[in-house]
Amino acid sequence: MSTATAIENKSPASAGRFEPRIAAFVCNWCTYTGADLAGTSRVQMMPNVRMVRLPCTGRIDTAFIIKAFERGADGVIVSGCHPGDCHYSEGNYHARRRFAMFKELMNFMGIDERRVTFSWVSASEGRKWGDVVDETIERVRALGPFDDYKTLLEETP
Amino acid sequence: MSRIGVFVCHCGENIARTVDTAAVAQECGKLPGVIHSVDYKYMCSDPGQLMVKQAIAEHKLTGVVVAACSPHMHEKTFRRATAGAGLNPFLCEMANVREHCSWIHESRTAATEKAIDATRMIVEKVKRNAPLSPIHIPVTRRALVIGGGIAGIQAALDIADGGREVVLVEKEPSIGGHMSQLSETFPTLDCSQCILTPRMVEAFQHPRIKLYTYSEVESVDGYIGNFKVTIRKKARSVDEANCNGCGACQAVCPNKKIPSEFDAGLGKRSAIYVPFPQAVPNIPVIDRERCSYFRAKAKGSTKVVCGKCAEACGKGAVHFDQQDTLVTEDVGAIVVATGYRLYDIGKDQDSELLKGYGEYGYGTVPDVIDGMQFERLASASGPTAGKILRPSDGKEPTSVVFLQCIGSRDPSKGIEYCSKICCMYVAKHTMLYKHKVHHGQATVFYMDIRAAGKGYDEFTRRAIEEDGARYVRGRVSRLYRDGEVIKILGFDTLSGEPIEMDADMVVLATAMRPQAGMAELAQKLSVSYDKHGFINEAHPKLRPVETNTAGVFVAGACQSPRDIPDSVAMASATASKILGLLSNEQLEREPTVARVDESTCSACFHCERVCAYGAVEHKDIRDRSGNLVRVVASVNKGVCQGCGTCLATCPSKSLELDGFTDAQIHAAIMAF
Repeated sequence: MSTATAIENKSPASAGRFEPRIAAFVCNWCTYTGADLAGTSRVQMMPNVRMVRLPCTGRIDTAFIIKAFERGADGVIVSGCHPGDCHYSEGNYHARRRFAMFKELMNFMGIDERRVTFSWVSASEGRKWGDVVDETIERVRALGPFDDYKTLLEETP
Repeated sequence: MSRIGVFVCHCGENIARTVDTAAVAQECGKLPGVIHSVDYKYMCSDPGQLMVKQAIAEHKLTGVVVAACSPHMHEKTFRRATAGAGLNPFLCEMANVREHCSWIHESRTAATEKAIDATRMIVEKVKRNAPLSPIHIPVTRRALVIGGGIAGIQAALDIADGGREVVLVEKEPSIGGHMSQLSETFPTLDCSQCILTPRMVEAFQHPRIKLYTYSEVESVDGYIGNFKVTIRKKARSVDEANCNGCGACQAVCPNKKIPSEFDAGLGKRSAIYVPFPQAVPNIPVIDRERCSYFRAKAKGSTKVVCGKCAEACGKGAVHFDQQDTLVTEDVGAIVVATGYRLYDIGKDQDSELLKGYGEYGYGTVPDVIDGMQFERLASASGPTAGKILRPSDGKEPTSVVFLQCIGSRDPSKGIEYCSKICCMYVAKHTMLYKHKVHHGQATVFYMDIRAAGKGYDEFTRRAIEEDGARYVRGRVSRLYRDGEVIKILGFDTLSGEPIEMDADMVVLATAMRPQAGMAELAQKLSVSYDKHGFINEAHPKLRPVETNTAGVFVAGACQSPRDIPDSVAMASATASKILGLLSNEQLEREPTVARVDESTCSACFHCERVCAYGAVEHKDIRDRSGNLVRVVASVNKGVCQGCGTCLATCPSKSLELDGFTDAQIHAAIMAF
């Protein structure tokens, strides 16, 4: 199955209510492990999130977020260790600054910043991860599909 | 062209219950580059692993994707299987369809769809995985122990007895720590010094222990197996090689009324002093802030004032002009064993909350002392030679009141935790008091009696039942001096009655706090610490003596309040960890490290500024005749920990992180 048809098959129209597609970029040590804990504790959550594991939030290039939107994501979650708890001492501080700036850029470009969730979820916060996922899905569902890129692509000759 | 094999695990029913594993295998089999796709009940079992190995051989696979549990669970297993079949282990990755899928969703359709997506993303990533080999780094096979209390001594002795050299650094003039100040120890009431001093001497004389007393760690560079530690040897003003510890200098020193730190301020010492008679090493130090010679010099006087100690020294060992010296030591592992200090309610002002307990009048009401001062009063080597006497008038107190949980378990005073040892040492104090003052009455105000430990509860019962200590459950709201006695106003929460009583002496069981300066030391070592300053262990249950920095370990009360048996056990645990580490000539590390594309690096060194480990170095690029062409960034693979912060910061995208390259991540996103 080509990726294009995969997107087509999951287009909002095929479901009764709009099911947003969320990409999550998470660090290996806190949030990924926290999501593992959510699994072992059987914390139920909505299935709209697709996860990309990275060593640290410091590794998360803002280009990843843009790429996800380009590929049809309606929302993005970025999550890592709490400030002060970074496995790599301070990667999440760099990430925090980078994303503060990125939000400004999103506003400038006219992308609703509510489509992106930045959160800190530690390895012991399985339930919190479930909450972050569900809250983000509900918020993005209310915002509706992210069509800006699609429109842009159509407009571009 | 990639030849990827996909292996979908049922995990018994764990995955298969909510995910249609056959459908996942079928769908993934259609992906471009996937030439083999199967599902099986237990992939991690021997037959499951054999399936992977056989498929690699049979289909000449160039990549393996296992859709199963979390990579934290079984990535190692499947990478080992992959390597066993002759394929580079880093060409194998896992898609998490259990913790992140089957266990958290109910809808079979949605879970199956998610599992297919997750597997497809990993397939696209694996197509771009490169074969990697583990990094080997050499190991300096000796250790540094910071802190010469009982934990540090035990760790040093265990490592040295295990055959490795140890550098033991102690900031005070003598090793021994707080344990050397104690009178007797619970729950056996054996004399603290009698069990400690032989260990101190053993550490001092051990051929494989290098002891630095009156010294502090100045800086730490490097990484596991290869630390370079700079130690500041503070100027002792006494030549350690020449001094024979005769004590003549102390006898002639005219400043003899300085409160002794060892006696918790109850005894006196001279300006040139050995902290206590059994000190190791038995070499005095000059307290430059109290010594007349140095004080005159500090004021700018050119006249030589005093100098009697130098005259009295037959060996010419007193050197007023000695300076601090810096020495460096190479070690492969570090133990932090810096111990604790007691919450000084009169003086600790480092946060707004810690100013509390004015109502207990510590430092202003005479004969209100803390637990350590009581230890010194009860100690045979103490200022009263073991007699329990009031500090104010030297009278024997007939009634002593002990207040527990001073600071501890009191969020309003800034310390929420239980200091763990106070219930036990207060019970011990009541017994020591009764054994020395037979007609005396000990009263204890407590919140709860926490006496968990071998023989501990029996010990507190003995204090109450055999030695007649009166335990009152409740807090004291106020105490003040009334003539000869101290008036105590409190409340018995069991009877519901207010209590008013007189005491000759009050002992406060103040909280245990980490040593001052812990934050600075932790930062030098890049280890994390909690809001109180206690060092964080790597995992509270499974890695209790490691820290978040590889190669740095923790022992004793600098990690959390601990008693002697706990500290010793922890120290021995660190020693066994370190002996294991130092048994290797080389260490193997995951090859997830950054590398620089030198052709595009513009030498802006943003990467150097964001690197928490100092792994980015400057590299000169020279032409054939040796002329400098330009400078580029270069990553030291031994130091790099692989966080990837430098990549996201690099404006020219000249950095890559093996295992998580931009190409890999973008491919995963494109398969989203």
